Amino acid sequence: MNESQPHIAPKGLSSEKLLDVYRRMVLCRTCDERVWLLNRQGKAAIVASSQGHEAAQIGSVEAMRKGRDQFYTYYRDLGVLFALGMTPMDVMLGFTARAGEPLSGARQFPAHGASPELGIFNLSNVVATQIPQAVGAALAFKMRGEDAVVIVYFGDGASSVGDCHEGMNFAAIHRLPVIFFCENNKYAISVPLAKQMAVDSVAGRAEGYGMPGIAIDGSDVAAVYEAASEAAARARRGDGPTVVEAMVERYLPHTSDDDDSRYRPGPELEEARKRDPLPLLRQKLMDLGGLTDEMDRSIRADAARQVDEATDYVESAPYPEADGFHDHVYAEGPT
Amino acid sequence: MREEIARDSRVFVMGEDIGARGGVFLATDGFEAEFGEDRVIDTPLAESSIVGIALGAAMNGMRPIAEIQFADFIFPTFNQLLGEAARARYGTEGSVSVPMVVRSPYGGGVRGGLYHSQSPEAYFAHTPGLKVVTPATPYDAKGLLKSAIRDRDPVVFLEHKRTYRLVRGEVPEAEYTLPIGKADVKLEGRDLSVITYGLVLHHCIEAARELASEGIHAEVVDLRSLRPLDAAAILDSAKKTGKALIVHEDTRLGGIGGEVAAIIAEEAFDYLDAPIMRLTGPEVPAMPFSPTLEAEFMLDTARIADAMRRLARY
Repeated sequence: MNESQPHIAPKGLSSEKLLDVYRRMVLCRTCDERVWLLNRQGKAAIVASSQGHEAAQIGSVEAMRKGRDQFYTYYRDLGVLFALGMTPMDVMLGFTARAGEPLSGARQFPAHGASPELGIFNLSNVVATQIPQAVGAALAFKMRGEDAVVIVYFGDGASSVGDCHEGMNFAAIHRLPVIFFCENNKYAISVPLAKQMAVDSVAGRAEGYGMPGIAIDGSDVAAVYEAASEAAARARRGDGPTVVEAMVERYLPHTSDDDDSRYRPGPELEEARKRDPLPLLRQKLMDLGGLTDEMDRSIRADAARQVDEATDYVESAPYPEADGFHDHVYAEGPT
Repeated sequence: MREEIARDSRVFVMGEDIGARGGVFLATDGFEAEFGEDRVIDTPLAESSIVGIALGAAMNGMRPIAEIQFADFIFPTFNQLLGEAARARYGTEGSVSVPMVVRSPYGGGVRGGLYHSQSPEAYFAHTPGLKVVTPATPYDAKGLLKSAIRDRDPVVFLEHKRTYRLVRGEVPEAEYTLPIGKADVKLEGRDLSVITYGLVLHHCIEAARELASEGIHAEVVDLRSLRPLDAAAILDSAKKTGKALIVHEDTRLGGIGGEVAAIIAEEAFDYLDAPIMRLTGPEVPAMPFSPTLEAEFMLDTARIADAMRRLARY
C-alpha cells in the first residue's frame, strides 16, 4: 500500500484519506438507499437523495478545516453531513422525524436546521437563500480577522435565483473568504439546463463578477478535492471567493414525491450510471493498491450494519413531545 | 447607533448610500469617517442580500444593523426576513440566534408618492420570530434602538420619515434603553383611549389637547412596539376609559388596529361604553403624489379630533 502512495493524486489526499472518503461515500449511499426504501414503506415522509453527488460533497469537505470552517448546505447534501461526522443514526432520526434529531429537533425537513458545533447551517429549503447568508458569515470572519472559510452548496437551479447573483457580487467586491460550490446535476426538478441558462456553465459566470470559476468532474474525488483546496487556500490568503462547479449526476428523482420518468429519458440515466462516483473511486483505490476486495466487503458490511442499527433504533424511537412546541420562538432570559 | 458601534465591536451598519453620503436621511452622517469602511458598509443596490448578508453575519457572531433606504424597497427582503431570519431560532431548535436590526424609514406625508410613502409594518408584525418597533419620538427612538441592537432576535425598526424633521424632542446624552414590547401612555385621560403609534401619535396628542379645552379628556397610548404588542397596556387604558379609538396611517384591513380591537373585545368587552372605533389610512393601494391627493390619504389633527368627539359623545 505504501509503495503505491506516490501515485495517488492529488497532493494532500493520502491513501488513508482517500480510503476514508470511500468509506463515507459507501455509508452515505447505503443510508440514502435505506431512507428511500423507508419512504416507499411510508416511514419517511420526504427524501431528497444525494446519490450521484457523493464525491463532490465528501471530497469538498475534505478540502476544508473541519471544526473551524463553515458549511452552508442545501437539502441534497447528505454527503456533507456524513463527511462532517454525522452518523446514520443522526441522519435517519431526521428522515423519520423522531425526537433527538440533532439539527432541528425534527421541526424541519430532513438535513435542515443547524449544528454550530459542526459548522453546519441550512435554515430552509427556499432555494438560494443560503447564498447571501454564507456571504454574511464570510464577512463576519473577515471583519474579525479570522482565517476561516465558508463553503456554500447549491444546485444548478439555485444559480438562477437573484440571491445567487447578489451574494456572488457582494463577495467578489469585498474579496470574502467564501467558496460557491455548485452541484450541477443538470436538472432543476424537471427543467433541464438548456431551459435554465443560455451559457454552458455556472462557473463561467464567475468572471463577470471578478472572481475565478472552475468547472470540474464532480464524480472524481481527486478533482473535487484539488479544486476546493485551491479555492480554500485562495480564500484563506485573503484573495477572495471562487466558484467551483462540480458536474454531477442525479440518479433518482428530485425527491421521493417526484416522478422523473415524465421528463428524463431512460438512456440518459443509463449513460449517467457510468459516472457513478462509488465504483469509480473503488476502482481507483484498487488500481492504486489501496483497497482489496476483502476490505471493500468489510467496508460495505460495516456500513450496512450501521444503517441497520440506525433503522431499528429510529423505527421504534418516539416522536418529539409537543410540550416544547412553543420553545425557541424568541431568546429566553435577559439580552 | 453611534454609541452602540463605539461600545460593541460586533456592531456594524450596512446599506445603500450610508457611507460617504451618510444615508439619504443622514442617519449615519459621519459614521464612515469615524468607524471606517469596514464597519460602515456601502452596499450595492440589492435589498434581499443586504438582509441575507446581515443574517449570515448575525448567525456568525456579529450584530449587524441593515438599513433599507425606504420601507417601500423592503419587499425583496421578505424571503430573508420573514422566511429565514424569523424562523432561524425556531427551525434550529434554538441553536442559532439572529441578533440583527433592519432599520427602515416608512410612512407618508413627504410627497413620496406610491413608492416612498408606504407603511408595511403589519406584514412584519404578523410574523412570530420577528420584533417590530415603531418609535414616534426622538427619546423613544434612541432607547428602543439601543435595545434593538442588543436584542438576540431580529428586530424590524421602522422610523416614520415625516418625524425626522417634524418632531423635535429632548434626547439625554446619558446612556439609557427602553424595553421593546412596552407601550407608553403619552397623555393621561379618563374619557376615552386613543391607541396609536408612529407619526399620527403627534396628531393624536394635538387633538387631545384641543379636546381638553372642550372638557373631553382623552388618554393617548403610544404602542411603540407592534410585536410584541403590549396587551396589558391596551387593556388597562380601555378598561379605565371604557372607550377606545385606534388610529394608524396604515390601511385598515389586516392592520394593527384590527388586532388591538380584537384584544379589547376579547378581554375588556364588559368595560366598554361604546363600540371600538378605528381611524386608519384609506383602502387604496398606496399614497398618491399630488398634494391634494396625498392630503386625502393622510390623517390629520382635525380628522382625529372629529373621531374623538364622536366617540366621546357616544
